[in-house]
Formats: sequence, C-alpha cells, structure tokens
Amino acid sequence: MKEIVVISGKGGTGKTSISASFSLLGGEDVITADCDVDAADLHLLLAPDFDHAEDFYSGLLARIDPSRCDECGICAQVCRFDAVHVVDGHHHIRELDCEGCGYCARVCPQRAVQLQERKVGQWYRSRLRTGGTMVHARLDIGAENSGKLVAKVKQEAREAAREQGREWILVDGAPGIGCPVMSSLSGADAVVFVTEPTVSGFHDLRRVYDLVRRFDMATACIVNKADLNPEMTRSVHAFLQEAGIRHLADLPYDEAFTEAMVEGCTVVEKEGTPLARALEESWTRLRTLLGTERTGDHP
Amino acid sequence: MRVAIASGKGGTGKTTVSVNLADLLARHRPVVLADLDVEEPNSGLFVQAETVHEEAVHRMVPSWVADQCTFCGVCQEVCQFNALIETGSEVMVFRELCHSCYACSELCPVEALPMTPMKIGDLSHRRSGSLDLVQGCLDIGQEQAVPLIAHTLDYLGARFSKDTLILCDAPPGTACSMIEAVKDADFVLLVTEPTPFGLHDLKLAVETVRGLGRPCAVVINRHGLGNADVEAYCRQEGIPVAARLPHSREAAQCYARGQLIHPHVPEVAAQLEAVAGFIQRIEQEGAA
Amino acid sequence: MKIAFTSQGTTPDAPMDPRFGRTAFLLVYDEESGQYEHCDNRQVEGVAHGAAVQTARRLFEMGAQVLVTGNGPGGNAASVLQRSGVQTFIGAGGMTVERAYAAWKSGKLQRFE
Repeated sequence: MKEIVVISGKGGTGKTSISASFSLLGGEDVITADCDVDAADLHLLLAPDFDHAEDFYSGLLARIDPSRCDECGICAQVCRFDAVHVVDGHHHIRELDCEGCGYCARVCPQRAVQLQERKVGQWYRSRLRTGGTMVHARLDIGAENSGKLVAKVKQEAREAAREQGREWILVDGAPGIGCPVMSSLSGADAVVFVTEPTVSGFHDLRRVYDLVRRFDMATACIVNKADLNPEMTRSVHAFLQEAGIRHLADLPYDEAFTEAMVEGCTVVEKEGTPLARALEESWTRLRTLLGTERTGDHP
Repeated sequence: MRVAIASGKGGTGKTTVSVNLADLLARHRPVVLADLDVEEPNSGLFVQAETVHEEAVHRMVPSWVADQCTFCGVCQEVCQFNALIETGSEVMVFRELCHSCYACSELCPVEALPMTPMKIGDLSHRRSGSLDLVQGCLDIGQEQAVPLIAHTLDYLGARFSKDTLILCDAPPGTACSMIEAVKDADFVLLVTEPTPFGLHDLKLAVETVRGLGRPCAVVINRHGLGNADVEAYCRQEGIPVAARLPHSREAAQCYARGQLIHPHVPEVAAQLEAVAGFIQRIEQEGAA
Repeated sequence: MKIAFTSQGTTPDAPMDPRFGRTAFLLVYDEESGQYEHCDNRQVEGVAHGAAVQTARRLFEMGAQVLVTGNGPGGNAASVLQRSGVQTFIGAGGMTVERAYAAWKSGKLQRFE
C-alpha cells in the first residue's frame, strides 16, 4: 500500500483540482481521502454518495452542572483559557474557549464540572463514479482539533484500502504548516507539492518543504500557473533541483480548472486537452517514482 | 475599530485585499495591518517598512526537576494531551504536545514541574508612513497557532487605541485559529471567488461568523470568472457585497511578482476604493 | 519475564500489528505463569498526537520487560522506550504473536536501540 499526499502550503494553487484529477485517473485502484477537513471541497468535483456517515468525537469539553455548583469560582481561577464566564451570577463554560484540559473538573470542590466527549465533526465513506472509495469529513463550525479528524480520515482510508486490497491511497492534504498538515503527512510514502510561481506561493512552498524534510518520504512537485511569472517559475525549478524534489510538470494558467469546477467535474475528464495530458503524464510519473524509490516504513 | 479579513477557503485573495486595502487607506489616514495568518504570513512580502519592534513569542510548558520528584504519577494522570510520561526513572515532557493548561505543574504536590517558556514564533512590528504592519510568524514544527494569534492580538490592544483602524488578515478556514482571529473583531469582511469552491467555503464562513455574532460583508474577487451563484447566495442571505474585484490576468501577474495591484490595475483600484468607503461608513456608524 | 507484543488481536494466533503507537492491542505473555494478558489500545485511533506516549504508558502499566513489535518506533515512542528500560525488538511485523515469541526466544529479532 502506498500513500501519496498532495499539499500546497498556500491555498488556491489548484491542489484540490489536481487531487481530484489523480483520483479520477487512479479509478478503482485508488482510495481517495480528503484531509482538507476545514475547507473540504474535493466532494464538489468527485460527487461522492455520502453512503456511510458517522459522528466524530475528539477531546473533552467541560460542563458545569448548575444544581451542584456553589459559585465558588475556583474553576475560573485555574482556567488558563478564560473559558469560565459568570452570567447572572452563575458560572458556565464558553465551549469555544474550552481546551478540554480537565483542570477545572479536577479541582472543583463540589464535583460540579463534568467532562464530556466533544463532537467535532462527521466523517463519510462514499463511492465515487469511478467505482473507487472516498473517505472524507466535515469539521463542525468552529471546532478545534482538526488534526484529529484528519488522522481519523487517514485511518479509515487505510482500513478501506486493506479491506479492498487497494494499492494506492491518495490524500488531499490540509493547508498551512500546523497540526492538520502534520497529521495529513504522518505515515505517507510520498508528497506532491502543488505550487504557483507567485511570491507567496514560492514562500509557502519553502516553508512547507522545511516541514516535509522531517518526514522520510519521496517528494515531487507540480508548478501550476507556470506562465504567470516565467522568471519565478525558473527560480522554483532551481529550488526543486537543489532540494532533490522531483519536478512532475508545469501547468499553464488555465481557466479550464474553473470551468470544470463549475460543471462539477475534473479537468482530466475533458480528454485530449493539453492540461489533461499533462496531468495523465504526472500521474504515471508519480506512480513510477514510488515503484522505484525507497520510501517510508510501510509493511 | 478592528476589521477581520477572512475567507473559508485559502487562495481567494484575502491577503491581496488586505495589503492593497491597507496601502490605499494609509494614503489618507493611519491604519494598522495585522497578519494573523501566522502559519503562512505573507502580508509582509508586499510591504517595505522599517522595523519598530521585534520579539520572540513564548508559551509556558512544564520542565521536570529530578531532585524534587517522588514519582507519584499525578502529572501523567491529569494531562489530557499525553504530554507527560513516567518511564520509571524519570518524567519525560513532550513540549510540543503540551497545551499550557498548567494542571500538571500546579497539581504536582512537590513542585517538580515548574512552567518554563518555550519559543513558538516571532512577532514583528514595522512601519511605513502611516501604515503599521504587525505580523506573527509561527516557528516551523510548532502545531498550535492559537497562542501566537492571541499574543499578537494582545500586542495590538496594548499598542494601539480603540479608535485606530486595524485590518486583520485572518487564517483561512473555519477552525480554531480562524475563530481566534475573528471572534472579537468589530466587523468581518469575507473574501470569496465566484466559483463552486468559493461558494461552498463562503457558506461555512458565514455560518461561523454569524455563530460568533459578528456582522459581515462579502468581497468578491476574480469577478467575471465562474458563475453567478455567489451573488445569488449573498442576495438571498441579505449579506452586502462591498465590492467586486474584476478577474484580470494583469492583477494575477502583479500578485505573482509581489507587487501591490491597485497602482497598476485601475479597475481593481476602483473596487478597492469601494471597500475602503464601505469600511469608513461602518466606522462612522459605529462611532455614532 | 513478561514480553509484550503489538498485535491485531487478543490471542497468540493473532497477527502482529507492525505499529507501536497505533497498535490495536498490546498482548503480554508471562513466561512464568504461561498466561496471556491483553490491553485494548484501539481508543488511540482518535488521537492525532501523543498516541505513542499513551501506548507507552499502557505498556509500562502492564509491567513488561520486553517489547516485540514490527516497525521501529519513531520520534517520541523511541525516546520513551529507550529511557524506560524496556528492551525493544523489531522486525516481527509479518508474524503471528506465537511466531514472534519463538523468533525473539531464539534470538532472531533485531534489538532496537
């Protein structure tokens, strides 16, 4: 089983459109996982059937039982997150601020604080029009711990791959360099950076690469909108070479991505276009890269 | 007044709107641009400015004092984040897993876990004319953005009066770091693009902002691309559209080069002026 | 001697789980009594961070002196195990627990340090 994660650091580089294209090209052989749970958009292109849905709980939430509370205020004194508020003389927990550390529950003399599991979202296992399986999720509004939901999506995707004997897991990774992206990368065999030749795109590529270096995995890159700034595209190429990142393709600044999005499909379904051909080639090269190079410690 | 500039989806032009708007406003009045997208702070790339202040930002984590410890096990029992473990001969602290709740430290009966600072990132404050740029930047490998955002907001509160116009470039998405950046803002501008991704993520952002009880308006970027569904949604929900920045390859090229767009693309400048006017009207309404 | 195995089931014929931090079960064999004892570790599935630390804590609570697993534990798990005094052996990922025990007993597994 080989796991490929597509990430970008910066948003709007075309990561999801490219992930969707790879998912389509991989067909049945690929288990697709949308780990961008904070702004999950892959389903808009792949139209999964949301066949199986489950609530996801993670972390804890403190709640004060008003019938036990004697308003002593010790909970508010120990809380480092300012989550305990007094409204009309009664102590209560503002959910949004509660970190779930349990300190208040531990010190409450009346045992009035209960810790409960916190629902943070839902995850789904779906069938795609390719016959392949997709695991995806939706983080509840304002929920924290998106890294944990990412870990759950990946775990379910691996489970599905084992059950069905599939060879590939394709992950649409989370943006940024924080907790969710670390969770998307954990245990993967290869990462594909999708970048653009803009000052911010290049800046974020280098930042996210600094993070990826800490993991042991093969690296590859697609430069999207390459003709927007040819000079910077050359700098990106030089960086890739220096860092030992395999350059998969340069894609043009092309409204076909948006047109496909409006139609709810992927660019590779418009067969024969240069964009479709470039992505098909990238997908083949990526699979070859993983077939031949030493990768992470998967059994 | 603090205006948060946010978007459900990354890459819709949030930073473009923030830096261009700040630059435009700063021609007539003092304005602060705060980059709270601490995982990927990019505003600074577009602004040349002199450093006013720089500081390292820390958060507190426990450190183990061997001599004091009696191996009673309380610390690993109270920690909900798996940040501490007794191995038999020592207590190991995994600082990056710690959420700085202080429970282990304060509940340790023998004070063997004093809290000590750990660096999580940097804050920089720079100035160019009447534009102040305050930026938080998370260290690579640090996973928790919220403490750095909170610290940057504290810095803004201590440094600037309530009457100062502060534009905050918020992190994308609708998760904890976006909430931290938006929850106490006076007004939220949501930047989106007229595509299915843009609309889908805008809906999540609107739900979030409404849940926080913040008033909001929408700025449509790359207007002319995609379809009219975002417009229809805003009309239906009664959300004002403050401006429509036209889709333009020229604007994308300026952005790619790290240039401000408004001095080069007049159609975009006109729409940014509309956003500036919109903000000033809200400011006056707030003052009245 | 008590030997712990990372396993996918609760009986000696269960396949090993090659992972340490996210192993489904910890199965401990007590050589003196000849008894197996297990600990369900599946609740770590929802844990994004610190899974290995949590698993290590369960391992210590079970009082094993030796750990037999598949892949080499990484990062936090490696440092906890190194400092705990529990001897760790790897490379038993593809075996059943029984086979892994036999392999360890005959000195065929690699010591992880």
